[in-house]
This record gives sequence, structure tokens and C-alpha cells, in this order.
Amino acid sequence: MSPYFHSVTLDEAKCKGCTNCIKRCPTEAIRVRKSKARIINERCIDCGECIRVCPYHAKKAITDPVSIINDYKYKVAIPAPTLYGQLKSASSRDHILTALKMCGFDDVFEVARAAEIITNETKKILAEQKVQKPLISSACPAVVRLIQVRFPNLIDNILKLKSPMEVAAKIAKDEISKDKKIRQEDIGVFFITPCAAKVTSIKAPLDKQKSFVDGAISIADIYLRILSCLGKIDKVEKLSRAGFVGVRWANSGGESMALGTDKFLAVDGIHNVITILEEIEDEKLEDIDFVEALACQGGCLGGPLAVENMYVARAIIKKFIDEAKEKGLETTSNQDYHYDIVWTGEVEYRPILKLDKDFDIAMKKLETLHVINNGLPGLDCGACGAPSCRSLAEDIVRGNANETDCIFKLREKVRSLAIEMMELEAKMPPVLDKDETSEIKSKKRGDT
Amino acid sequence: MSDGIIRKSFVIPANDFTVAGEASSSVKKMLIQLGADPHKIKKTAISMYEAELNAVIHANGGVAEVEIDRHKVFIRIKDEGPGIPDLELAMQEGYTTAPDSIREMGFGAGMGLPNMKRYADKLEIATEVGKGTVVEITVFLTDNEKEDH
Repeated sequence: MSPYFHSVTLDEAKCKGCTNCIKRCPTEAIRVRKSKARIINERCIDCGECIRVCPYHAKKAITDPVSIINDYKYKVAIPAPTLYGQLKSASSRDHILTALKMCGFDDVFEVARAAEIITNETKKILAEQKVQKPLISSACPAVVRLIQVRFPNLIDNILKLKSPMEVAAKIAKDEISKDKKIRQEDIGVFFITPCAAKVTSIKAPLDKQKSFVDGAISIADIYLRILSCLGKIDKVEKLSRAGFVGVRWANSGGESMALGTDKFLAVDGIHNVITILEEIEDEKLEDIDFVEALACQGGCLGGPLAVENMYVARAIIKKFIDEAKEKGLETTSNQDYHYDIVWTGEVEYRPILKLDKDFDIAMKKLETLHVINNGLPGLDCGACGAPSCRSLAEDIVRGNANETDCIFKLREKVRSLAIEMMELEAKMPPVLDKDETSEIKSKKRGDT
Repeated sequence: MSDGIIRKSFVIPANDFTVAGEASSSVKKMLIQLGADPHKIKKTAISMYEAELNAVIHANGGVAEVEIDRHKVFIRIKDEGPGIPDLELAMQEGYTTAPDSIREMGFGAGMGLPNMKRYADKLEIATEVGKGTVVEITVFLTDNEKEDH
């Protein structure tokens, strides 16, 4: 397996070694060792669940500092639609985009526009008969990674289209280099993101192609600058061009609603997503053509790098969706853009749960795992550093843990050792034994 | 396991849809950990789930016995339910005897046995009215095993 990049990391100094993150992780990718959480890299799908749940803010996503934009001559910001939901004081989308541009960019290009291009293409693909249904949206990279590790049978159902972020970056670079006569390599395109997993898709794209995005800046990191620029706007530039269809992508269900079919299902929250993917894999889900599955509760608005409460953000973004409808902003048409937006690389199965590459050895390990698991208390307390008794049993057969890591097992051992000590204590070498009662005792025991 | 076979048995509870499917999910999980081919895992999971659900719907539950070895998964689901009066009819898609209460819940569409037949490599059903039903499902984990049977 090639070295695997992922963006969620641990701030060791802040980590107290509690069990909050290990319990929430959908791929059981975290263990506590030596009072610190350890992320098992190849298991992490960057869903951001641990970032949200950590009470000490010890989990974070690697993003780029705002200063990264200075590495390029011409700087372009491509904001995720989620950004609009973060700024309740802004009176229009143009205000937000103008303020964003004032943060040091030469231009902005809405990812929402590219989302509309993806919508148009998805409609076309859905109309084809030969595709495996239901199509599963690839908009959420954490979900695609989840499928790679847990649902190999659903890899063919993934909508193999590039993400709105990638398409936006490509269009921005092409348009600017043509209109302004600037070399592509001098243009830096930066994604303004609520999402940890998107950072990973820039640094290690799913289809293993090179990303057109040059950096990812967390909404949380740039938020205050935008806010302060909002107050200093002299002239509002007309920068908003996406229609309501694209803006609505920030909401869970937004991508589906644009497709013009009722046969869709939108699910958000990684644990809910797992339940639905199980249903699809077991063919229990009928009459659904499109599944929009988003790792974060509330969709991208609930992203771990967003600042505004997800429900509040939803209310704010509704205002901008309505605004786009009122202004009659046209949905971006694909006719102006002739890009190949289909994935070129392969998405492969990563069997991280496999116990051994040899089937016979895996059988032995599995059997041992069951025996060990049956001997564990089944409390799933997490005190051993693994999320559940079963995962401790799994760690033991993989050689990464011991049975006495279980505090109950350890306690049992101490107890039986203590009983044995007590028993031994009662025994005296006969030559030294002056106690009558113990003599009787030994007779009773039959050591005459 | 000394003979290279993993054996597991599960109790299938009566009329409890919330736990129906637990046996097939745990077999699925075992096969994933063994590193079996994803497609074979799917075949096993679906055919076993259907058999499990049939036992829940029609037969007041039952037991599932599972044997996994290098080459195949063998599943035997036994119940002491009413039996199937006309097996040929029951094998037809859409034929159902599930009561309305079950169909209102979205189950009992008459796809149970047809789906089992579709996904199992080998399906044997022994049934006697008033006594019960034994369903035996085999899914081969390696491709070259098929010809032997």
C-alpha cells in the first residue's frame, strides 16, 4: 500500500487521552496509547468526527495558512458555498465575495458555479440506462473514502465526476490565463473550506490525478479577516454569478434537489451514512436513483472547519438562496465549458479490516478473536484504549495489544494471584509449623 | 477450528424485525475480516439475510448454523414453522404469503426465495407442512470450486 495522506492530526499537548474520539470514530481508527490518542493513518477517512467531538480541541485538520497565497503572483479564492452561511451580517453575496477578495486575492470564483456544471452532467448520467443505480454522490470525499474501506461492492455506484472544487479551480485558471495573459503556473487557486477531507483530496486526490487547487484555507482561519473587510467595503463588486441551484449545494439535499427527480435520498452524518450504505449493499433500498451522502451532520454547513452553528448557517444561507432566485441568476450552463469532468483514475478497495493476507491464518486469527472477545466483559468502556471489547480482541490478534490491557481482566488476574498468595500463606514447612490448627489443617488436606 | 472450519450458530428471534439481519451482518463482518472477495461476501450476506428474514416472518424464528472454510460458506437455517406447501410456487418472484401487517412494513414482497436462489451458488430446501423448513445455502469463496458440485 502506498503511503497514505490524511489531514486530521493530533495536537499532542492538548490531548488528555480520554475516550471521546475513539468512541465516535466510524472506522475505529483511533487508539489511546500512553495517554495520547493515536490515529491509525490508513484507517482514517478524514470525516472530522473526532475534531467535532474532542472536548480539548486536540484534533485538527492540516490546512494551509492564509499566507500561502503570497507564493503566487495572481491569487484566486474559490469559496465553498458553505461560506455564505457563515456571515449573517452580510447584506448580499456580492458583499461576502467582495470582502473575501479584499483579504488579499486578485479574483474570486464561486465553487457554486462549478457545482451547477456537475449537476448538469449528473442529470445526463442519470438518464443513461447503463449506470449502476443508485448513483452515489462523490461530492463528499470522506464518504468516498468510507466506501473504499468498508463498502467495496459500492465502488461502481460512485458518481465518477470531479468535485465542484476541482472544476472551479480548472475553469478559474483557464479563464484567467486566457483573459489576463498570465501563465497558469503563476496563478494560485485557493479553496476556502469548511472540510477536513477536502484538504486531503487536494494533497492526495481520490483518482490519483494532480489537483488544480494550490491550497486549502480553513473558513475558521480566514473568517475574522472577511468579517473585518465586510465593514470596510467602499464599492461592492458584482462577483456573484452562481444561481440558487449551486448555492443550495451547501445544504444536505441540495445536490439531489437540483437533479429533477424524486427518486433520491439524502443522508448526512457519517453514522447515518453507514446505515444507508449497508442498505444499498444488501439491496434493501429500492426505487432510489441517486444517493447524496454527506459525512457531516447538516451537510457541508456542518463541516468541522465552519464557524457558524449549522442550524443558524442554514437559516442564513436560505436568505442567499432566495436572493439568487429573486435576482434570477441563471444556473451555469455546461455549453460554455468543455471540460472532461469524468474521473480518469481508478478508485480502489482498501481492505483495512482484513486480519491477514493469508486466508488460513486469517481464519485462525478470527477464531482466536472470537475466543478472546467472549472472555472480555463486553462493557465497551474504552479504558484499554480501544473503542470496544471487540476491537481490543482484534488488536490482540493483530499483535498490537494484550489481554491485560483490559482493566477487568487485569483485576481478575490480580485477584486470582491474591487468592493463590493467601493459600500459600496458610502453608508452613512442617518443621517450622508450631500451630496446632494448621497441623489439623494439613492432616485434613491429607499431607500426613 | 483445528479442522480448518469456523463454526458459528445464531438464534433467530421470532417476529423481531429490529434484530432480524443480525446473524447475516455478523457473518458479513467475519468474511470481511477474512479478506474474502467482496462480491462473494455480498452474495452470502443477501442470501442469508433473506433466509433469516423468512424465519422471522413465517416461522417464529429459528436457528442459523454457519460454517466457513477456505473454499465456501455453508449456511443452514432451521425453523419449526408451518412449512412451505408449494415450494415451486414460493420460488416465483412476487409470490407471497406474508400477512398484511408484515407487508405494510415493507417486507414480504415475495422476493425472499427468488433472491436466495439468485445469490446462492447452491440452495437446498427441505420443508414439511406443519413441521418446519431447513434452508441450506452454499456460497463458494473460490471460483474453481463450482465445477466439483
